[in-house]
Amino acid sequence: MAAMFSQNPLMNGPNYSFNDAPRTAAPEGARQHRFDPYTDNGGSTLAIAGADFTIMAGDTRLTSGYSINSRYHPKLFKIGGTTADQKDATIVLSVVGFAADGEALKERLDAICKMYRYRHGKPMSVKACAQRLSTILYQKRFFPYYVYAILGGLDEEGKGAVYSYDPVGSYEREQCRAGGAAASLIMPFLDNQVNFKNQYEPGSGVGHALQERERKPLTRSEGEVLVKDAFDGAVERHIEVGDGLQMMVITKDGIEEVLLPLKKD
Amino acid sequence: MDHRPQAWGRPRDDVYGAYDHSYLQNSGPKQATQAPIVTGTSVIAMKYKDGVVMAADNLASYGSLARFPDVKRLRVFLDSSVVGFSGDVSDMQFLDRHLTDLSIDEAYEDPSCTAAPNGKGHLNAANLHKYLQKLLYKRRNDFDPLWNQLLIAGFDGHSKPYLASVDLRGTSFTSPSLATGFGSALAQPIMRRYAETEEDAAKLTREQAVEVIKECMKVLYYRDARSLDRYSIAVVTKDGVELKEDEQLEKQSWAFAERIKGYGTQTV
Repeated sequence: MAAMFSQNPLMNGPNYSFNDAPRTAAPEGARQHRFDPYTDNGGSTLAIAGADFTIMAGDTRLTSGYSINSRYHPKLFKIGGTTADQKDATIVLSVVGFAADGEALKERLDAICKMYRYRHGKPMSVKACAQRLSTILYQKRFFPYYVYAILGGLDEEGKGAVYSYDPVGSYEREQCRAGGAAASLIMPFLDNQVNFKNQYEPGSGVGHALQERERKPLTRSEGEVLVKDAFDGAVERHIEVGDGLQMMVITKDGIEEVLLPLKKD
Repeated sequence: MDHRPQAWGRPRDDVYGAYDHSYLQNSGPKQATQAPIVTGTSVIAMKYKDGVVMAADNLASYGSLARFPDVKRLRVFLDSSVVGFSGDVSDMQFLDRHLTDLSIDEAYEDPSCTAAPNGKGHLNAANLHKYLQKLLYKRRNDFDPLWNQLLIAGFDGHSKPYLASVDLRGTSFTSPSLATGFGSALAQPIMRRYAETEEDAAKLTREQAVEVIKECMKVLYYRDARSLDRYSIAVVTKDGVELKEDEQLEKQSWAFAERIKGYGTQTV
């Protein structure tokens, strides 16, 4: 299960996220068929926090091995609205990894946020929801939810907030994060384009004298273009990513949902 | 003659020593299904304009042995939904009994539900799918899985055609066309030619959908070694379920085979 926590393709061998390596030969008759409770359903997610908005995105393909099970299986969920259609929700959860665990996690967090709303008469803050999600994940430390979750919303000051998680509940607030099958393809692109990593002021000197490019928050339209570009790139290089791009933009006025086409091959 | 039936058929104590009764006790760890034994192959289904068509052959295999050639693998639920089972047949029978109990409970709660298939407040296909997903996911969490992949067809809460799948790990998804097992490789590409999107599926007539499904069953029989030419086909409409359980594959022809070159024994 160690490979499960590794996002590093070199540790698992240069392959896809499902195991297609030949099985080590066992003596005939000694073969024990064990039930494996996990699979990887592929797909990728992405979140960017802006000054007064948060963009959450995920592709809509659901795979198992080389098969595409569904071309429309959303990975983004509105959390903690008062009704089933989540019209008044303020928080978005994205889950990628093992789809059944993702579904179960989403339903638990949603139920908890709803209970909070009924008990306290106000929606849960992203900060509180983020801590609670970490607790939920850690409660299953020894039979984890095999999902990379990202939680997005607006913080108490109205600034964009993105919280990212590993399967056992370690979490951190970040400016941006990519998760899932193509995380290793998208994250470096985001480092460069959102946090301006490895970008320097031209002619500002050499070596340590080089000045980093000044960081400033993205505008909403810049963020949306970045998301589309990131996914178009991932679709090209990863077979488990494609079909559709589901995007949710969280602002003080609510959550806007956009669905864009991606390559279906 | 020993007149105690408990001793019949056992090694004689005077020859072999006292019989070790501990073998009859079931005191070890609980045994869960570790592998499917008697299995059903693919189930295929696709949506059309005003309903869903589903099919599965009538074979239950024991490994490579065609063991039970008359096993019905499509099941009607409350006259309004169909569940198609692939995978372990004993787990299918368990689920079948469970669904019977559930539908009886439903009928007691609301006697009108059997009379009016799409009445409000009655367990529709979307509800049934959610129920089965929770059941299968619970069993995988207990490490005691029900070794099946199910397709559920019917209508959702908005009276739109509904088709979804659940597997032994509780993974569930929906699509305009779905297939389990071998069907996901052989039948799904054919079905997607006609129903790539929901919009495409909403244009298909019942006759077209049935035709595509029958064609897929034929392709599966040609290439799936664990399949049979007798099959069940169900059409779910707003008026209920029309289930035919003893259909025969028609118009089979291997004429296409002579045009295939470049693999197998042929070298040119």
